[in-house]
This record gives sequence, C-alpha cells and structure tokens, in this order.
Amino acid sequence: MFKKKECVAMLLAGGQGSRLTVLTTKTAKPAVTFGGKYRIIDFPLSNCANSGIDTVGVLTQYQPLVLNEYIGTGLPWDLDRNYGGVKILPPYQGKKGADWYKGTANAIYQNLQFIERYDPDDVLILSGDHIYRMNYAAMLDFHKASNAACTIAVIDVPIKEASRFGILTTDDAGKIIRFTEKPKNPDSTKASMGIYIFNREALSKYLIADAENPKSANDFGKNIIPAMLAAGEHMMAYTFEGYWKDVGTIESLWEANMDLLGEEPALQLGDKSWKILSRHENAPPQIIGPQGVVENASITEGCAIYGTVRNSVLGENVRVMEGAVVEDSVIMGECVIGEGAVVQYAIIDREVEVRAAARVGKPRAEAKGIAVIGEGTVVEAGAVVADGAILPE
Amino acid sequence: MRAAGLIFSNIHDASIPELTTRRTMASIPFGGRYRLIDFALSNMVNSGITKVGVITHYNYQSLLDHIGNGKDWDLARRNGGIKILPPFITAYDNAVAGKLYSTRLEALMGVMNFIDHCTEEALVLSDCDVICNVDLSRALAEHERNDADITLITATVDTAEQELDAKAQVPTFDEQGRLIDIDVYSGQTGRVEICSDILIVRRTYLQRVLAEAITHGRTSFYRDIVYRNLGRDRFFVTRYDGFFARVNSIESYFGCSMRLLDHDSRVNLFYRRNQPIYTKVRNSAPTRYLPGASVKNSLIADGCVIEGTVENSILFRGVHVGKGTVIKNSILMQDTYTGDHVRLGCVITDKDVVIKNDRELCGHETLPFYISKGQTV
Repeated sequence: MFKKKECVAMLLAGGQGSRLTVLTTKTAKPAVTFGGKYRIIDFPLSNCANSGIDTVGVLTQYQPLVLNEYIGTGLPWDLDRNYGGVKILPPYQGKKGADWYKGTANAIYQNLQFIERYDPDDVLILSGDHIYRMNYAAMLDFHKASNAACTIAVIDVPIKEASRFGILTTDDAGKIIRFTEKPKNPDSTKASMGIYIFNREALSKYLIADAENPKSANDFGKNIIPAMLAAGEHMMAYTFEGYWKDVGTIESLWEANMDLLGEEPALQLGDKSWKILSRHENAPPQIIGPQGVVENASITEGCAIYGTVRNSVLGENVRVMEGAVVEDSVIMGECVIGEGAVVQYAIIDREVEVRAAARVGKPRAEAKGIAVIGEGTVVEAGAVVADGAILPE
Repeated sequence: MRAAGLIFSNIHDASIPELTTRRTMASIPFGGRYRLIDFALSNMVNSGITKVGVITHYNYQSLLDHIGNGKDWDLARRNGGIKILPPFITAYDNAVAGKLYSTRLEALMGVMNFIDHCTEEALVLSDCDVICNVDLSRALAEHERNDADITLITATVDTAEQELDAKAQVPTFDEQGRLIDIDVYSGQTGRVEICSDILIVRRTYLQRVLAEAITHGRTSFYRDIVYRNLGRDRFFVTRYDGFFARVNSIESYFGCSMRLLDHDSRVNLFYRRNQPIYTKVRNSAPTRYLPGASVKNSLIADGCVIEGTVENSILFRGVHVGKGTVIKNSILMQDTYTGDHVRLGCVITDKDVVIKNDRELCGHETLPFYISKGQTV
C-alpha cells in the first residue's frame, strides 16, 4: 500500500571527507563524532524529523559500516516508519551493469526509482557535512509559494570568504541569475549551502539528460544547476539565517566543537524546541572525582573526570585519570587519558588510549597546528606526540 | 533454564510517601538518570529474560511513561517483551472480592492469567525497592541444579553503611543452601545476610500454590506459602555479593544515593561486564560546565548547565545551577532549576523544582530536606 509523500529527502552521505585525514579512515564523514554525543549526520536527520519530513534516503558509498549501524532502523530520529522512514541506499547492480556513484547527481539519478515510489511533488537534497539547525518545512513553503523548479538555500558570508563557496547572484526578488563555483571576484555574498529543493519532474528531467552526457562530472554544483540556469528555469535562493558550519576540515571541526562552549555558546544544543536527536550509548551519568577540575567544558554520559578538563568537548565514556590535563581539545568517545598525561590542542578519535605521562600537542598559543589521533590508536606511556602531528601517519 | 520475569511496581510504596504520592516505587528517580525499576528490568534482560510482566496498582502513569514500548530495555518484542499488568478487577468474578490487591500473594493471584500463559519453567519475581546488579543466569542455573521450588536470592548488608529495619528478613540455611528458616531482623550489626526480595519460583509450583491459596483464602506469600511449606518443599537460597541497597525511607533513599559517589560501589553497580543498567533515552545535550564552575565528587547526568559550585551531590538530567550557587550533599532531580547565589545542603528536590535567587536551604544527612515535585521556593 503506497501513499503519496509531499516531499522526500535525499541525503548524500557517500563522501570520503579526505581532508579529515585519519578521522575518516574507518568511518564515512557523516558518521564522524561531533559535540560529544552526536554524529555529523544527526543534524540533517534531526532537521528532517523536526521539519516533518519522514522519508529520507541516505546515499552511502565510502566506508558505510559505522554509518549503517548508526542509522539502523532510524528509531532515534523517529524515522522508523511503516511507510517511508529512513532508508540506506548503497550503489547496486542493475540489469545493465553496476556502477559506483560517480557524483552527487549520479547518486540521485541511480535512485530515481526510490523517489518515484513515494510520488513526491518535491525532492530535498541534503549533504552530511554541515552542522546547523534548519527548518526545511519553511524552505519548502517558500519553494512552493515561488513556484520554482529549484530552490537553493543560501547563507550570507563575508565578502572576503566568498571565493571559497559556490556563489549565487540573484535579483531583488531572490530569483537566481548566476551561479559561480568559487569565484575569484565574487559579485554576491550569497553562498550555496548545498541544500536544494527540486520540483520532482524538473529533477528527473535534468538528471536523465545529465546521465546521457558522457562529458558531465555528474555533480549538482558543476552540472545540474548550471544546466538548469542555462535553460532558463525559474530558480530561487532561500536565505537561511543562523548557525551553519562546514566541518570538512580538521580546523573547522575543532572550531565547531568549540562553538559549544562559553557563557553564550554560538551553537546551543540544549534548545528543546529543536532537539538534535542521536543514537544513545547506555552509559551511567558522568562522575567528577574528588580531585577533578572541570572548567568551560561539554561532557557527556559515562565520563569519569579525576584530572583536569578545560575548554574541551568530551564524548561518552572518556576517562581522564588523576593528574591528567585535557585542554582546548575534542575527545570523541571511549578514550582513556592516563595518569599525568597532557593533551593540548588536539582532536582524539574514538577508542584511543593516551597512556600515563604521555604528551599530545602543545598549548594552543604555541602550537603549530591541531594534533590528530585516529581511532583505536595507543599513545604509549611517556610518549610525545608533536603539535600538529597526525597519528597514525 | 528459561525464565519469565514478574515485577511488583507498588509493593513498598508506603515506605516512602514523599516520593510515591504521585508515582509508583518503580518509577522513583535514582542515580542521576535511572528509575528504580531499571535495576530489576536490567537484571532480567541481562540474564536473557525476554518476557517481563509489570504488576501495577495505582499511580502508574509515570511508570507507563518511563517504560513506553520497552524498546530501551530491548523488550519491544513480537513474542513476549514487556507486559504491563494493571489491576484485574471484575464486578462478579475475582479472587480478591472486588478490592485492589494489598499483598504480594493477592497481586500474584491477580496475574494468574499471565502466569498461566507462560511456557517458561521458572519465574523471577522482583520488587522495586532494591538497587543491585545481579547475574540472574547464575542463580537460575543453581535453581535448576537444586531442582528447587523456590530460590531466594540473598544479599549482604553492612549495617555501618545501611540501616536495617524490622521489614528485613534474615534467612538461615544449611551447607547445601537449603533454607531452614527466615527470621525478622532483630538488631544484629556488622555484615548481615538478608533476603533481597528477588526470588525464583518454579512456574508449576507457583501455579499450584496460588490455586491452593485462592481456595483457602490465604493472603501472605511468606507466611502462607514459604513458612507453611518450609522443610517440606524444596526451598534454597543463593547469594549475591555485589552492590546492594534497599530504599525504605527518604533517609535511606538519600543514603543509598550517596553511596554511588563511592568509586567502588559505583563501579560495582554500573560497570559489571556484560551487565549494563538500561534506562529510557531522553536525548539531552551533553552537560555544559561554564567558566567559573567548580564541581567535585559528584554524579551528573546529561543536559545540565552548571555555572556554580557542586560538591558531593547527584544531579539528574536538565538541572541548572546558577552563578555563585553552592550545592553540597544534595540530590537534585530532573529539571530542577536553581537561580544565582543559592545555597543548598542535604536537600532533595523532586522533578521541576525551582529555587529562586539567594535562597538558602539546609537539611541533615539523617533528615534530608525534601522539596516536592514542581514546587517553587
């Protein structure tokens, strides 16, 4: 029994995220831990759940094990539904052969069948690399009201940073006139957030045409959007205001984590009107020991702090032993920071053990860069990991 | 040995009226993020039990709310899973003549239907006033080896850590663990072995004694079944020697909670290998410690915002500690809000309590100051 869905979301989660170095060796970027108890993909999934979009296809390709396991039936996001819900869509073998997803547009093209099952009017395309809270329902209303073939979410960026983004030039009414990928001399500050709502017929039409073009890179930004603009389709920019951060690099991932700290954090996850949902570990409450010192930190379940934690974000079941110091760092979960060990200006992935008296990184003021330690690594007792080093190499 | 579970959610409600006026014993919050029933449920689930009946009596809305469909304990099952057993009363035909049950035996009579539909050979019966992490599969294996009708699980209590009252039952047994007698606690000090009120019963035996009890109008499980058949039926005890606490008053609730601040007790209760304690997921954000916060020796759940000082205390989910506020030796339940420059010592706040700026409240370990749900001070 099939019912029509107003809008189906397609979440592109197949990217490798190679700029995150060792953090994505075993894990796809969307499954990288963020803010202690979340994964990056929790943000678009929670936004869908909170916006009333109950059908989400998640396109996976690179290292999908952790991601698949994490999404499971979709229950944590209330997306375990009898009809719709969250569905993992890996590349598959068809009658005419098998293919990897060659680009973002190709991934959607290969799953047009999935979209058609729900007979939606519109299709929302999302990516799994950003931290933000956004009401997609408001964007959908805007899209419907303007009767556009495609609406692209944009955010105002400082003009000097505009050349890092895909920049949209619009008229006063918000109609898109021009799209330039990473322009040298930007004429607008409206950066594309990589969030698109397409009218379903228009999407099918352009994806099919794109697939037939052997020279195409099969990418939304490079091919589909320019093709639609060239054909004179009615395309609108939807301006989003609020916190939005790409966490595609080590530095930006660190910064976004630090945005959770301070008196008035830039990113407040405690807001109950727009909860970020996640799959939970079942861990006891955190314990701060008799000698524990915790200042300006975000700490979650199962942590045991017997040492000192400052300006840091800790994931579940992290143990900071007596005399250990953690400063200006992100520790993702299930880690042990041994007695007397010092961790400064670092990102430490899951299940890492920093043994007694080891040193990772340098004080932030003196460090050349962020030290990064990949999943499951052991830093031996007394060892020194230089500032800006990446382990394992 | 296959077993099903039965949990009595209300049986000791009267002992902590403060916390049970609006909830069952089973749904009393404990240890930062748990409810008392979580321990009974987790013990069962960790030993492979997949069918659990929860006997309710009154005030069980908060319990239903907590349990939901049982998914958080992996008890949302097509076969078995968690079954709430509300009071069974019909106008014309019932065992206890139109009244709600008042004893354990009457409660069991009311759920005969559930018991008759079980195919498991054993039933594990558990109360909700005990906090422990028992490996029931070992106890079940012993129950099977002894070919027992009833196996009582005993726990050792150090009277220096926890006071016992006359409700505690002290069993005596021979070298084989065969039960000889059960006495009421009579003031012994040091380490005393008492009945935990977790017991294993052979299902067919339970069905037989319940049928008999109905015909003879019996009312007490211990008096009419255990004592009456001592020496004749096969009753055994098996010992549990991990963390054990029994909550029987607001003072003991305070004491049991504070024992969690002791490292060994906490590890013994929460970190037993392959025996996690499960509870309902609430999706709180991680706890934020602001610049200027100072926290020592405290157990803190997620979703808290801490700007002040917290020492030797337990904070449940979503608690706010204001600037300049000092909280010592206190238990603040879910969503308690304390303003700035508040001072609390030996205070228990129930859910959703608001304490405004500059208030000072102080109880004592032997008489903690309790503030009921939703109050504003």
